[in-house]
Amino acid sequence: MGTRDCKHESAMATPCSGEAGITGDWRSARPVVDQSKCLAVKAGRPACFQCWAFCPEGVIKKEVGSEVDLTYCKGCGICVEVCPADAITMVPETEESA
Amino acid sequence: MITEKKQRQGAKTSPKSRAKDEKPQSGNGRVAIITGNEAAAHAARLCRVQVVAAYPITPQSAVVENLSKFVESGELKAEFVTVESEHSALAVCIAASTVGARVFTATSANGLAYMCEQIHWAAGARLPIVMCCVNRAMAAPWNVLNDQQDSMSQRDAGWIQIHCRNNQEIFDTVVQAFKIAERVHVPVMVCYDGFLLSHTVMPVCLPRQEDVDRFLPPYTPHTLLDPADPRNLNQVTLADPRVNSEGVLCHGYMELRYLHQEALVGAREAIVAVDREFDQCFGRRWGGMVWGYRDEDADVCLVAAGSLTMEASTAVDMLRAEGIAAGVVGVRAYRPFPVEELIAALKKARLAVVFDKSLSYGYEGPICADLKAALFQSEAAPAVFGCIAGLGGRDVKARQLADAVRNALKQYDNGQRTAPPAWIDCRI
Repeated sequence: MGTRDCKHESAMATPCSGEAGITGDWRSARPVVDQSKCLAVKAGRPACFQCWAFCPEGVIKKEVGSEVDLTYCKGCGICVEVCPADAITMVPETEESA
Repeated sequence: MITEKKQRQGAKTSPKSRAKDEKPQSGNGRVAIITGNEAAAHAARLCRVQVVAAYPITPQSAVVENLSKFVESGELKAEFVTVESEHSALAVCIAASTVGARVFTATSANGLAYMCEQIHWAAGARLPIVMCCVNRAMAAPWNVLNDQQDSMSQRDAGWIQIHCRNNQEIFDTVVQAFKIAERVHVPVMVCYDGFLLSHTVMPVCLPRQEDVDRFLPPYTPHTLLDPADPRNLNQVTLADPRVNSEGVLCHGYMELRYLHQEALVGAREAIVAVDREFDQCFGRRWGGMVWGYRDEDADVCLVAAGSLTMEASTAVDMLRAEGIAAGVVGVRAYRPFPVEELIAALKKARLAVVFDKSLSYGYEGPICADLKAALFQSEAAPAVFGCIAGLGGRDVKARQLADAVRNALKQYDNGQRTAPPAWIDCRI
C-alpha cells in the first residue's frame, strides 16, 4: 500500500515523541547509567540533573534514578561528557545488543 | 487534461499582433505610461497582497520602492517588512504565506542567488508565493545589466517560471501568477528583462480593483496553523514513509518530491486555463505556455523567451521580406517546460534557431538544450541550432538575429542538424 491516502501536500506532523521516526536505531553506542554513582540517587532526592539539562533529544527524564529512553536516544554521548560523577559510560552497540 | 491540439490553439489565438503594433485597450480600467517595475508593483497592489518583504537590488529596486510607497500612502493595506537581505526577504514571505497571507517579493541576479536556500524551501513547502525576477547578469565580474542567467540557474528549484515580453504582460502575468500559484500550490517566478522592460515605459492597462477582485478571489491556504491543534511543518522527513501518531501512513521525502513533480506537470493545465480565464475577464491572453508570431507556415522558427522575442519578431519580418518563411515561437512558461506545445509548434519547421540569454557552462544555452531533449520524442523534429546572445547587457539587434538565422540555414543546407552554440556579437 502506498501513501496516496495521506492528504498532506507538504511534510506535516503532530508534535509528539518520535515524529521523526525511531531515531534510536541511528545509535552506534548506548549510554549506560551506573545508578550507584548518580548524585541524585546517592542523595536520595532531586539533584544535579545535568544529563537531563544537556540531552538534546529530551530522552532523559528529570527523575531520581532516571534511565535513558533508548528508543529515541541517538547515542551522541553528551550525557557522558556532562555527568560530574562519571556515572554514565558509552557501550558500543553490537548485533547482540541491538 | 487539455489536449495538445487545444493548447496549440491557445497559442495560435495568442495576441500575435501584440508582438508588433497593438496598443493596450483600457476596457474598464485606465492606461498608464509606466515601466515594467511599476507594472509589477501595481499588479501586486491590485492583487491585494498582504505581506511584502523585499530587499532592493538593481534593476528590481523600483518594484520595492513603489510597493513601499503604496503601503505608506495607505493605497495598499499590507505589511511591508524591511529586511537586511534577500534570504530574509524570502524567509519572511515563507512564514507569512504559511500562516495564510498572500505574499509578494521581487529580486534580481545576486539577490536571487542569495535567496537560493529559501527558494528551494518555498517550493518544497508548496507555498503560493509570487516573486518577480528582474533578469540580470550574475557576477563575477560585477554587471547590473540584463541577461537571464539568474532565473535560469534556479530552474530546478521547483518553481513555475514564466517569461514576459512587455510591460502589459508583466502586469497581467503577476495577476495570473497568484491564481496559478494558489491553484496548484507551487510558487511562481515572473521573469522579465532588466532595464529592457524594468526601466522602459510603455502604455499598460491597469484594470479596476473590482475586476481584479472578481478574477482573483482571496487566498485560502492549503495548510492552516492552529495553536489549538499544533503541527510541525516540513519537519525532518527521512527516506521511507512511516505511520504518524494518528496511524496514517505519511509520505516519505521521495513521495513528497513525486507530488511536487505532479504539481509542476499539472501546472501546464493551470497556466493555460488561467490565461483563458484572464482573457474572459480582461480581454487579453498571452498564449499560455507558448505563443507564436507568423509561425503557422514557418519553415524556420526563432525560439526565445522574454523581450528578445520582440527583436526576433522584427528579424522574422526582415527574413520574410527576403522570402524566408520565418516565424517566432516564444517560450512563455519555461518551467514547467512546454514539451508538447513546442513539438506541435515546430512540427512543420525544418529548422529551429534558439536564442539563449544564458548558458549552462560546459554545455549550451538552457532553452536550446531543453528544446533538443523535448524534440527527441517528436517524429517531425527540425534541426536545432543554438545561439548565445546578450550576455551582461550586450545589445542584441534584430539584424544580428536575422544574420544568425541565415548562418544556421547555410549550415543546415550543408547537411548539419546542429552545431555548438554560436555567440552573437562576441568580439573576441
